[in-house]
Formats: sequence, structure tokens, C-alpha cells
Amino acid sequence: MNDYVLKRRVTKVIYHVFTFLFAFVMIYPVLWMALSSFKDTNEILKTAQNLFPEKFTLKNYITGWKGFGGYSFGIFFRNSFIIAGISTIGAVASSAVVAYGFARCDFKLKSLWFSCMLLAMMLPFQVIMIPQYILFNRLGWVGTYLPIIVPQFLGQGFFIFLNIQFIKGIPMDLDEAANMDGCSVYKIFIKIILPLIKPSLVTSAIFSFMWRWDDFLSALIYLSDPLTYPVSYALKMFADPTAGSDWGAMFAMATLSLFPIFVIFLTMQKYLVEGIASTGIKG
Amino acid sequence: MKKNSMSPKRKRTIGQIMNRKEVAGYVFILPFLIGFFGFIILPMLVSFGFSFTRFNILKTPSFIGLQNYITMFTSDATFWKSFGATLYYVVFSVPLRLIMALIVAMLLVKSTKLSGFYRAVYYLPSIIGSSVAVAILWKRMFASNGVINAMLQSTGIPSTIAWLGRTDTAIWTLIILAVWQFGSSMLIFLSGLKQIPVSLYESAKVDGANGIHRFIKITLPMLTPTIFFNLINQIINGFMAFTQSYIITQGAPRDSTLFYTVYMYQNSFAYGKLGYGCAMAWVMVMFVGLITFILFKSQKRWVYYEAER
Repeated sequence: MNDYVLKRRVTKVIYHVFTFLFAFVMIYPVLWMALSSFKDTNEILKTAQNLFPEKFTLKNYITGWKGFGGYSFGIFFRNSFIIAGISTIGAVASSAVVAYGFARCDFKLKSLWFSCMLLAMMLPFQVIMIPQYILFNRLGWVGTYLPIIVPQFLGQGFFIFLNIQFIKGIPMDLDEAANMDGCSVYKIFIKIILPLIKPSLVTSAIFSFMWRWDDFLSALIYLSDPLTYPVSYALKMFADPTAGSDWGAMFAMATLSLFPIFVIFLTMQKYLVEGIASTGIKG
Repeated sequence: MKKNSMSPKRKRTIGQIMNRKEVAGYVFILPFLIGFFGFIILPMLVSFGFSFTRFNILKTPSFIGLQNYITMFTSDATFWKSFGATLYYVVFSVPLRLIMALIVAMLLVKSTKLSGFYRAVYYLPSIIGSSVAVAILWKRMFASNGVINAMLQSTGIPSTIAWLGRTDTAIWTLIILAVWQFGSSMLIFLSGLKQIPVSLYESAKVDGANGIHRFIKITLPMLTPTIFFNLINQIINGFMAFTQSYIITQGAPRDSTLFYTVYMYQNSFAYGKLGYGCAMAWVMVMFVGLITFILFKSQKRWVYYEAER
């Protein structure tokens, strides 16, 4: 019996040591970047193997924040918050509305449209980026935020799917009772369904914000005035070899650009994990 | 309804029509229909037309028949290079990522006090991995005086390899970046593993099956639907990779890391060959569609669905 207990303890310790060490290796690159952003640029290049700075300095953040060409990172952060914020509101609201239609209404050709929705969900942005560019160019939208934001207001496949699953879990009795009381379908959606699907709305909002925040490709295609750049695109321009190679400042701004994502990740982790587990959303 | 009886008769009928579920359904899914036809189907069809033209955004397109497709397949060596690099990337990064995801998921399926912490740490790279910030970090890590070489040196290996400058290693830095982001697949596997009934393992144990046996005979077959789902998702995403190649390597050295999407982007926007870009987009749609189709067809052979048997 004692042998058995000992053996179990040893296995447990080995398990934790291994899992912990591997987790440390996984997180090391990010940790290294974050801590290096407080090092002198020379130190980053000369003693790359060190994790902690020899001399802690905020200099990189001060020089980095100045940005390039007279545009500070304050502008870029503001732009990112505008783009990601409005896109998220649009994606969450429109996806909830569309999901309700699919989950609770019967109408002609429903299964056809549902298949189309799944198809749209699988279709990557890269496939339609050039066709869309031609369209938005005709509409005179290139150079504005419209090509980035407007499509978000027309429902996003993953979020529609997530909401449908959630709505299907709500008992039909609630709808029927409300119907007996004379509520229209629209009123049922707003008064009964919406308050009940808060978790899936929150999950959609988190994913939407993080994806829009990270999005770089659509800014690359549609934006040309530095005044309108989001952080992702500004970072790319900042890191271009022509802009010199102040790695300290670059690391500082890169770390700062991940900060909102970290905060969301740490506070909303539960929603993220459940969202992925239930729909298989990509991270 | 009191309110309705007060309003004029015509208005009430509109209200009633709007409230019929088949009409209401269309009202609710209207945003999706507008987006689907306006921003997906219409542009796709238009771009199919443009793929038969020489088209620069400033000039009017001129019809050249199949010329774009012929050039692509017969005389554009860079097209084939980019296709090869993307294929290489997908063929290695997708299986490696899934194997990693499965191993770690099996490690974490046992719940301990630290499970939540481990899960968070392993998942984090998936959240930030496609960002520009991480691309910049990767570029520095694999530089000849970066952290990878510095660590190798401090363990006694005198490595000064310019990882990003050699045709045989550059693509692997991108593959490693992809494998590093195994977190979301891991979470999907984790929920798949938790759905396998414990009774299966117990009766196998009674029959004297060892760990490896149980893994091959129970865990793997029961996970095939999850593996299938992950595989399709990851393959599509793999072919679409853009940011990594565009920022970290810019296709260098000698186009060995020039991804298909990057070459498509260059043609359309840097070289002003939008017609050629449209043709490339359509070839990609066909190719990814074909692979998805083949995978769906292959399902019968290896994916195990409980209800069927």
C-alpha cells in the first residue's frame, strides 16, 4: 500500500514537472519579447539568451510611442479601437438576428440558405479579397474603413453558428407562452431570446474584437494614409528595414499591441474555451 | 392585442404578414442574404469574368481568353514555386500541429489543480500567433544573432546559422510558428476526449489491454470525427497563410517561403495584374474545394460515427 502511494506521488510530480516545463517553453518567446522591451536595444542584440533585463529601462516605450512620420502610436491605437469596436458591435448584433431566423423560424428554402451560411463560414477571406477589392474600388470605398467594417454588419458565419446552437438550447415553451400573450416574433426575440443568449453574445464579441484587432491583411489592402492605420499595420510599417532597426522600440510597441488581447484573454478565458469547445472555432 | 385593434385595418394586415414565421424568417436572415450575394457571390462571379482579362485597376480590362490560366500553368515558374512552398508548409505544419495538439490534450485531460493554468498557457499562442507583433518577434528570434542561436551557443553548440537566410531552414521557421499555435486544436481534442465513455476504457482494462492498445483501439477511433474536423479546418487555414510569409521572410530566400496568397497579393497590387490575381484566386478556390471534397469522400473509410454502426 505504501509503495502504491509513493508510486502515485512520483508519477504526479513527474507529470507536473514535465507539463510545467513544456508550458514554460511554449510561453518563453512572448515572455522574452515582453521582458526584452525593457532592455536597451544593444542588450537585446548582444545577450539575447538572458530573459531579464540587466538594467530596467522605459526608454523603448517612449521612443516607440512617437511612431513614424509624425504619427504617434496614440493615433494607431485609437484607430484600432474604432475599427475593432464598431466591427464587433456590427458582427455581434447582425449575427444574433440572423441566428434567430435560422433557429426559430420556418421558411421556404431555409436549408438551402443554411448550407450557404456554412459555405460562407468555411470560405476564407483570402479567397474573396481580390474580388471584393474590385467591388469596393468601384464603390469608391478604398481608403476608408467601410470595406473593413461594413461586411461585419451582415452576419459572421461562426457567430451565427454559435448563436444558433445557443438558441436551440432554450425551451420552445418560452416562445409559445409569449406568443399566447400576443407577443410578435420580433418582440419575442428582443424581450426573451436576447437576454437569454448573453453568453454566446459575449463569446462572439470577444472573438470578433480579437480577430479585428489582429487583422492586418484588410488594412494592408484598403488603407494608404498613415493617419488611418490600425496598430497591426502601423507595426509592420514601423518594422520595415527602411525605418531603421530599433528593436527595443519595436518590441515595446509589439508588446503594447498585444496588451488588450492579453487583458481579454485573462479575464474572459472561460468564454473563449467554451466557444471553441462547442463550435470548433479557430483561435 | 389591444394596440392592433386601434390601428387602421391595412396596417394590421402588414403587421400580421410580417409576423408570419415564413416572412419573419426572411426578415431576420436578410443581413446574411445581402452579405452573401452582395459581398461574396457577386464579387466572385465578377472576378471570374475578370480572370479572362488583362486588368489594371486604372485601365479598362481587355479580354484575353484563357491567357492568364495558360501563363500560370505553363510559363510562370514563380507560380509553381509559390504553390510548392505552400504545399510543403501545409504538408508538414498541419500533421505536426495536430499530433502536438493531441499529445497535449491527452496530457491535460486528467484534471488537476493546475489544469486551468496549463490550458491557458498552451492556448495563448493560438490567440496571438497570427498577429504582426508575433511575426516581428519570430523574425528576431531566428536572426543570426537572435535568441535561438544565443541559446544554442550557451549550451555549447556554436550555431551562427542564419535561419531565415537559407532555403532549407527558412520555411521551417514558419512551420514551427504554425505548430506553436496548436492550442485551439488542442481544446477541440480535449472536449472530444472528454466525450469518450469511461466504461469503454474500463472494460478494455478488464480484458487486459495495455495503454498503447487502449489508445489505438479506443481513443483514436473515437476521436476520428474530431480529427476529421480539425484536419479540414487546418488544411484550409494552412493554404491561406499570409502574414507569416509576408512579414517574416517576404518570400526569401529565392522564393522558398513565398506563399500562394502572398504571390497573389503581389500580382494584384504590386505588379498591377489584377486579372491574373483573379485567375489565381479562382485556381485556389478550385484547389481547396477539391481537397475538401476528397476529404469528405474519404470520411467513409476512416471516420467513425457511433450512430452508424
